[in-house]
Amino acid sequence: MKRWLPALLILFGTLASAAALRGTGDMGVVIERASGQVLIVEHSNDSELAEVDGLGDLSHASVVFSRDERYAYVFGRDGGLSKIDLLNAKLDKRILQSGNSIGGAISQDGRLVAVSNYTPGGVRIFDADTLAPVADIPAEYAPGKRSKVVGLVDAPGNRFVFSLYDADQIWVADLGDPEKPVVTRFKGIGRAPYDALITPDGRYYVAGLFGEDSMALLDLWHPERGVRRILRGYLAHDERLPVYKMPHLEGWALAGRFAFVPAVGQHQVLVIDTENWKQVDAIEVHGQPVFVMARPDGRQVWVNFAHPDNDTVQVIDAESHRIVKTLKPGPAVLHMEFTPRGEKLWLSVRDADRLQVYDTATLKRLKELPAKKPSGIFFTDRAHRIGL
Amino acid sequence: MPRPITALCLFVASTGVLAAPLSGERQAQLRSLLYQDCGSCHGMRLTGGLGPALTPDALAGKSRELLLATVRDGRAGTPMPPWKKLLSEADIEWLVDYLMQPGATR
Repeated sequence: MKRWLPALLILFGTLASAAALRGTGDMGVVIERASGQVLIVEHSNDSELAEVDGLGDLSHASVVFSRDERYAYVFGRDGGLSKIDLLNAKLDKRILQSGNSIGGAISQDGRLVAVSNYTPGGVRIFDADTLAPVADIPAEYAPGKRSKVVGLVDAPGNRFVFSLYDADQIWVADLGDPEKPVVTRFKGIGRAPYDALITPDGRYYVAGLFGEDSMALLDLWHPERGVRRILRGYLAHDERLPVYKMPHLEGWALAGRFAFVPAVGQHQVLVIDTENWKQVDAIEVHGQPVFVMARPDGRQVWVNFAHPDNDTVQVIDAESHRIVKTLKPGPAVLHMEFTPRGEKLWLSVRDADRLQVYDTATLKRLKELPAKKPSGIFFTDRAHRIGL
Repeated sequence: MPRPITALCLFVASTGVLAAPLSGERQAQLRSLLYQDCGSCHGMRLTGGLGPALTPDALAGKSRELLLATVRDGRAGTPMPPWKKLLSEADIEWLVDYLMQPGATR
């Protein structure tokens, strides 16, 4: 009997964990930026499940998920790339891959994780399982000169697309052979690209420009047509206002054929017709928009703002372009995330150390949860969306 | 020894115009603004991001006047905005002195 005991114990252990089996499709992570931690959360019952420590400097941290939605890859400011096991609520692997990084992406096939770095400027590619280095793409735009890299996204065809802030370029890296990336460079795309996004179908890459009032558009179906400028001169008749925090282009606030993007230096959300890439409206809002995010059904657009107006969130009706609600969640609203089908929205209120959950139909607050200086909120359904 | 004395006088002149000291509460607000909001470009540990690092090492050799002017009026051609509409002169001086004082950053 003695020799069966270990087997019985293993069996018992298996049964015990079987009782705790769960999926990860309703899970997510919240960055606690000041303490180098992330919260693991779930949005079926809107609760916090666990906290994971030891993630380093998480200012401006962002997250992508493995295609099985089990692992979260956290990109930290200190160059840290951390892989978190959501089910076991523990740090699975962590490397320091650069001196100063800004974000990352996961490839179409889920095998590669790319990180965009400020110092040294460039993109590094890692094996998604092991975090072993696979390729290095220095953003060297002139001999000995490397640019900060922003707006890194994945694109169909196992490509990564990113922008060079200091060099006014967009680069497309084809990782068909992961160890030998083939890079196509587009120069003179417009001054100081600060962030970028890709449409949900993976066709259009759009970079926001800080150095001029326009945006740069690349059609990835037709790269031979080059990058063209859209929304040229959207500030033509207005004075540029100070920008106390850079806007973010994340995802694509798309309602039907119309896209909603933050103006830079104007307290406006710009509406673009994606049939012809012309501006059709400018919606006056409470402050400098930071995130402009469409509910998954495209009926509403939620906007948060830069300092000193970051205690406010506005909800725009995507059809009429009217502001239907102005919310005051509290001091320093940093990020918002919709549940996969959009019935709820979570937001982070940094200086109140709170997360809040809203019903997007009634626009009423459903719940508050504690969190330490929370910033980004990332739900696992991003795993299956191009560019997130 | 005339040269060090001149330098000392200049130093006193440049730091001797401090406005009334800020309350502890205001200092705490400014410290939070620095790490959290300035930190959105300069890094929460001020080690740099889209904007340059603001650690004492990184600022070594830069004059107090230049730093005051940068915070007050911003830097044309860069994303650094002018803060004078949101911060008083005393606030700006406190921030710059805090940045320059070794050990002030975490």
